Amino acid sequence: MTRADFAKLGLLGLGVLGMLAVPVLGDNYLVRLCTFVAMYSAMALAWNFIGGYAGYPSFATAAFFGLGAYVGALLQNHGVPMVPAWIAAMLVSAGFSLAVGAMILRLRGHYFAVGSIALVEILRQVASTWRDVTGGGNGLNVPMLPGGPGFAGMVFLYSMLAIALLAFAATLWVDKGRLGFGLRCIRQNEDAANMVGIDADRYKTIAFTLSGLFCGTAGAAYASWVAYIDPSDTFNILTTLKVPVMVMLGGAGTLYGPLIGVIVFIVLEETIWSSFLELHQAVLGTIIVILVFFLPGGLLKLRLPAALLSGGRR
Amino acid sequence: MDMQTLINGLVLGGLYACIAVGFSLVWGVLNVINMMHGSFIVLGAYLAYYVFAIAGIHPFFAVPLVGGLLFAGGYLLQRGVINRVVDQPVLITLVLTFGLDMILYNAMVLGFSATPRRVALDMGVLEFGTMVLPVDRIAAMALALLLTGLLYFLLRSSRVGRAIVAVRMDREAAALMGIRVEHIYAVTFGLGAFMAGAAGCLIAIVYPFSPAMTGLFLGKAFVVCVVGGLGSVPGALVGGLVLGIIESYSGAWLGPQHAITVGFVLMILLLLTRPTGLMGKVGYE
Amino acid sequence: MTGAPLLEVRDLSKHFGGVRAVQNVSFAVRPGEIVGLIGPNGAGKTTLVNLISGFHRASGGAVRFDGRDVTRQKPHMIARRGLSRTFQIVQPFPQMTAVENVAAGALFAGQAPSRKVALDQAHEKLAVVGLTRVADSPASALTLPDRKRLEFAKSLAMKPKMLLLDEVNAGLNPHEIDTALALIRTIAASGITIIVIEHLMKVVLGLSHRILVLHHGELIAEGAPAAVVKDPKVVEAYLGNRFVERFGATGHPA
Repeated sequence: MTRADFAKLGLLGLGVLGMLAVPVLGDNYLVRLCTFVAMYSAMALAWNFIGGYAGYPSFATAAFFGLGAYVGALLQNHGVPMVPAWIAAMLVSAGFSLAVGAMILRLRGHYFAVGSIALVEILRQVASTWRDVTGGGNGLNVPMLPGGPGFAGMVFLYSMLAIALLAFAATLWVDKGRLGFGLRCIRQNEDAANMVGIDADRYKTIAFTLSGLFCGTAGAAYASWVAYIDPSDTFNILTTLKVPVMVMLGGAGTLYGPLIGVIVFIVLEETIWSSFLELHQAVLGTIIVILVFFLPGGLLKLRLPAALLSGGRR
Repeated sequence: MDMQTLINGLVLGGLYACIAVGFSLVWGVLNVINMMHGSFIVLGAYLAYYVFAIAGIHPFFAVPLVGGLLFAGGYLLQRGVINRVVDQPVLITLVLTFGLDMILYNAMVLGFSATPRRVALDMGVLEFGTMVLPVDRIAAMALALLLTGLLYFLLRSSRVGRAIVAVRMDREAAALMGIRVEHIYAVTFGLGAFMAGAAGCLIAIVYPFSPAMTGLFLGKAFVVCVVGGLGSVPGALVGGLVLGIIESYSGAWLGPQHAITVGFVLMILLLLTRPTGLMGKVGYE
Repeated sequence: MTGAPLLEVRDLSKHFGGVRAVQNVSFAVRPGEIVGLIGPNGAGKTTLVNLISGFHRASGGAVRFDGRDVTRQKPHMIARRGLSRTFQIVQPFPQMTAVENVAAGALFAGQAPSRKVALDQAHEKLAVVGLTRVADSPASALTLPDRKRLEFAKSLAMKPKMLLLDEVNAGLNPHEIDTALALIRTIAASGITIIVIEHLMKVVLGLSHRILVLHHGELIAEGAPAAVVKDPKVVEAYLGNRFVERFGATGHPA
């Protein structure tokens, strides 16, 4: 570890301490905001495994998130305590992504992207139509945490933070180790990666499972936090698209890129939300468009965007 | 009952083919997944609605006008914005068109409001024995098939059409032969928008529509493309008919609410077994 | 050059739809040999290499490497067993530096215990092929001859028992080809068995102990270079019937 590595880690530590202190200030809005930042950080770090390091454009984030949310909510509704329900949701999401990954990771590029979107849609439809179990379009209520809104706010902030930190630890392990090296090789040239002795199928599956695992856990915590979920809210196409954008904003395939991207994006989004309520979608869309043109490498790798200079030619 | 289900499926299928063919062309030729396609369709439906409300023109006859407007818009959009990312990986192109779609969607909600509309023209029904065939749907399907057929002939016989096919097969070779690839890209995108607008005109009569339905149409287009194959009219046709028939039968056997799930499951099955679709040749990565 | 064969190919076949790319090819390679694989364009040479290294699934037949059946094995397993190959169109990891590229070979197939050891080994291999000066350049910035050498270094880092070199000389000028040949000889001298796929006759004739000739997916001749070159079937494959008639038993391909 270099000095720069320690410095960045230190900065992160400061940020985490800051977040831990927020509930003390008593500002509910700030607590909510930080909880969102932590939650999206977990999802962004999760996406980063498969979309960043491995280079597979996954839009399945919402599928895992929603799955975790529903599993967590259902378990809690049947009397399982909150944290064990989250752990169960984590295991189910991991299992699901492992199984699905074995199938769709055979696809590449556009077809993989489309397959991953289809996952979101299929799960959403299942949640909508399986009324007996999931409540269908009416959604599911989840038992609220006793102790009052202030206390609950703090618990969920700390929980999301913990999930995000676990995801970060996993990213650290991947980034510095063989898996990360191998995934980078796969991203740059999968055939050569296989040739050089990398079990590409296994590495991709691990990355995909890691992404499913953390998204699912965040989803379960989300369900407990907001105490009410429905299919469109959890299996949300906008979410599944925002997360990769956040990661790309900060720098995909890097350790801190996802975190930077999440913070910048959410700050931007909050600013707009308060100023342009009716135009919220349009302005968000404009941000995304601008992002694509001006920051193709992310904020961590600022350089003049080739796409803009050459007008689309390679 | 079986015949009725089959006919319903074919009618639906014809519409699906028309909905998807523009999307398929853009994906196949430009290698761009256009997330705005559903919104183009809804926009076409709204334009047809207002043309009818203001000038009394039947949506079927509004197709050239509405389609033309969308063609122009699509051409400019592609040339000005989308062309810049045509070479980029799917993550970037999909995210870009999604962002643009958010803008368009917002504009439609603000401009047209979210209440569902429909051009209510009672065109009566045809009855064959036990089967009931609403004329508006049959006419819409016929027109959908006609437009799809016209597109097919355009691609096969006209200079522009053949240039599009050439670019689809090998962009660099086409450029070397003197084809202005950027112009062709924009024309293709414009054609995709035209077909979407035309589909919108047809839908305006048949179903109530609102901005909230953009995702539904886009989803159908996705499934049809994967099932039928990219970038070809026959592919969209086969995919559309297959989807329509399968949905119709699923609706009859399992209940209408499951029809959509079945469509997506079908898509995943095909992605895993035959990603290039029932008719497709070389797929795009 | 005696002892049990390192590589044994038996009745190996591959069809793509109606096209029979490789048909019932059988041969063996003993440890320490340099074998040349030649044949006109489209003869199926690269497909054969893909079959042996696991990139394509065989339609029929078997491949045994180092005593084990590897016919159905995945490419990365075969690489780890000691069979390394280069690609006709070089396949580097473009955004990684040269040393990182080679380290990948050392770390995975070469089973280096850590990234640091892999990087050290990578520097060694880069020195062997003469690429130390560009060790920290991204692979995408290297010239074609350097990229070919990079591919070599990467294969060496994999600690192979056998190396399949697919058209390593494509795109190189005569001087560069001579350098490449010297490198191949050095590597062979260190005990690595080599199969060289080439269409440049002079290269392969001077280098190989034995030659295999492929045509339309079939093995049409096998033997010492001098004999193979005079084989009428080989002459016909490269130059057609008229030349067989004209040159008779002494003709050899241009």
